[in-house]
Amino acid sequence: MSATIVKRKGLGLGVTAWLLGILFFLPIAWMALTSFHSESDAATNPPSFGAALTLDGYREFFGTGGGASPWPALVNSTVASVSSTLLVLLLALPAAYALSINRVRKWTDVLFFFLSTKMLPVVAGLLPIYLFAKNTDMLDNIWLLVILYTSMNLPIAVWMMQSFLAEVPVAIIEAARVDGARLPTILARVVAPIALPGIAATSLICFIFSWNELLFARVLTGVVAETAPVFLTGFITSQGLFLAKVCAASLVISLPVLAAGFAAQDKLVQGLSLGAVK
Amino acid sequence: MTATTTAPLATTPVRTTRQPSARLRAWATRAPLLPALIFMIAVTQLPFVATLVISFFDWNALYPKARHFTGVDNYREVLTDADLRHSVWTTVLLTVAVVLASLVLGLVLALLLDRRFRGRGVVRTLLIAPFLVVPVAAALLWKHVLYNPEYGLLNGLLHYVGGPQPDWISNTPLLAVEASLVWQWTPFMMLILLAGLQSRDPQQLEAARVDGASDWQIFRHLTLPHLRRYLELGALLGSIYIVQNFDAVFTITSGGLGTANLPYTVYQSFYQAHENGLASAAGVLVVIGSIIIATFALRVVSSLFREEVGRA
Repeated sequence: MSATIVKRKGLGLGVTAWLLGILFFLPIAWMALTSFHSESDAATNPPSFGAALTLDGYREFFGTGGGASPWPALVNSTVASVSSTLLVLLLALPAAYALSINRVRKWTDVLFFFLSTKMLPVVAGLLPIYLFAKNTDMLDNIWLLVILYTSMNLPIAVWMMQSFLAEVPVAIIEAARVDGARLPTILARVVAPIALPGIAATSLICFIFSWNELLFARVLTGVVAETAPVFLTGFITSQGLFLAKVCAASLVISLPVLAAGFAAQDKLVQGLSLGAVK
Repeated sequence: MTATTTAPLATTPVRTTRQPSARLRAWATRAPLLPALIFMIAVTQLPFVATLVISFFDWNALYPKARHFTGVDNYREVLTDADLRHSVWTTVLLTVAVVLASLVLGLVLALLLDRRFRGRGVVRTLLIAPFLVVPVAAALLWKHVLYNPEYGLLNGLLHYVGGPQPDWISNTPLLAVEASLVWQWTPFMMLILLAGLQSRDPQQLEAARVDGASDWQIFRHLTLPHLRRYLELGALLGSIYIVQNFDAVFTITSGGLGTANLPYTVYQSFYQAHENGLASAAGVLVVIGSIIIATFALRVVSSLFREEVGRA
């Protein structure tokens, strides 16, 4: 970093950065404020900044005001995201091991195969998957989403974990082997401590992508397996719209992702760029 | 792809050559990889092959008995039907506009955040937030909370300066979708470019400064060339994600007012119109577009990756 030069214009640039940061955050801040307003205060022009705060929007959203309860959708999203993240780990960890520590031949080719599947658009296989689900009575089944989300996240996870496991120095592994340590011991004592933060970040990113997914969920689920984003699509129509409720719903459903994203901030970019940028 | 095989294998473990166990060992090395490989082929490649096959059939799900092979008719229809051709154009327009705008904005923000200033961490967190809102929620936020002509924040703020009160989504539908996507994707670009900026060689920058290079000269001749591949990477990954965008189009305009892109059209033609053959042909076209982008993306990723491997 350029700490050595201190220039006066540094202050101006800092202020500019702050202003832009606030500008980008403003819609979210406004959404948060609106979620605590009553419906009549929320829908005013000019906007009411100082209106009384209330939890009515949240009460409405959680269905205590009479509307449909979001709990089944939230539970479905949690089940789908957590299960598929676990399945991704189960498949990606051994693969990453074979691509970084005990390397298969032509390991870069295999890595790039995984990457290329990520570049196949979702719509490329949506119809056959829909027809398959329909013919096997798998429509509106949360476990179908788990399988699809796993395939969506597996390439990212393999890439990320490969790069995290590759950071484990081969010399240490060799030394442990010479000392007579077996594979489980090496994995638990040598590899895991170094790779664990990376594995945690990978899991968070897989969780975020699964939680956010709409197209598969919209096409393949209905009443029973509806996920949180599908529940949100119920707010698309503006007829009889309740602004505070929409804001409360959007915030509550985004909360797990915001938390996971802030926790994995540094690794986020590495995951999103499929490990190409560190 | 063949180029990648010649990448230096800096850390290949030493292979022992005891004959009888060599084959067994090779399989033991390969085995951990197989579940993931087989899973990916089954779940992503097989459905695509099926899509490819269906794309050559005239097949409306409401009249399954009338299904028959039509060759490339579906493709001809997708490319000649005014609505469908328009959605191809919309996809291109949407992707190019969003990627370019978020890349430029992301670059500005990354350059600002590369400087030291009070509260840099907080600003970084504020900037990342738009990327972390669930896409449907973000689209709802723009549709109702910001764009609404009667009580949206945009018109609310315009009210204070006595400005006009336009109906944003009706007047400029595509721009409305694009603006929301630029807001969501700028942080992504910023993160990648910031990583690029922070991987510059500090000694080289120092040397340039000692030699009396101006900020602009340093940016033009050192930073920009260094960032080139990060810009490419951001553009290509952004394109791959945005070409596939469904959430924003579906939520903000429901594909109306000329904003239907290919993914939305594919969704609509089989989910609502039940035109399986047409939907598949459109899907294959999305894939072809993605492959064109992906070829470049893979090349950039592999050059960055090879550098990484070489360094290790």
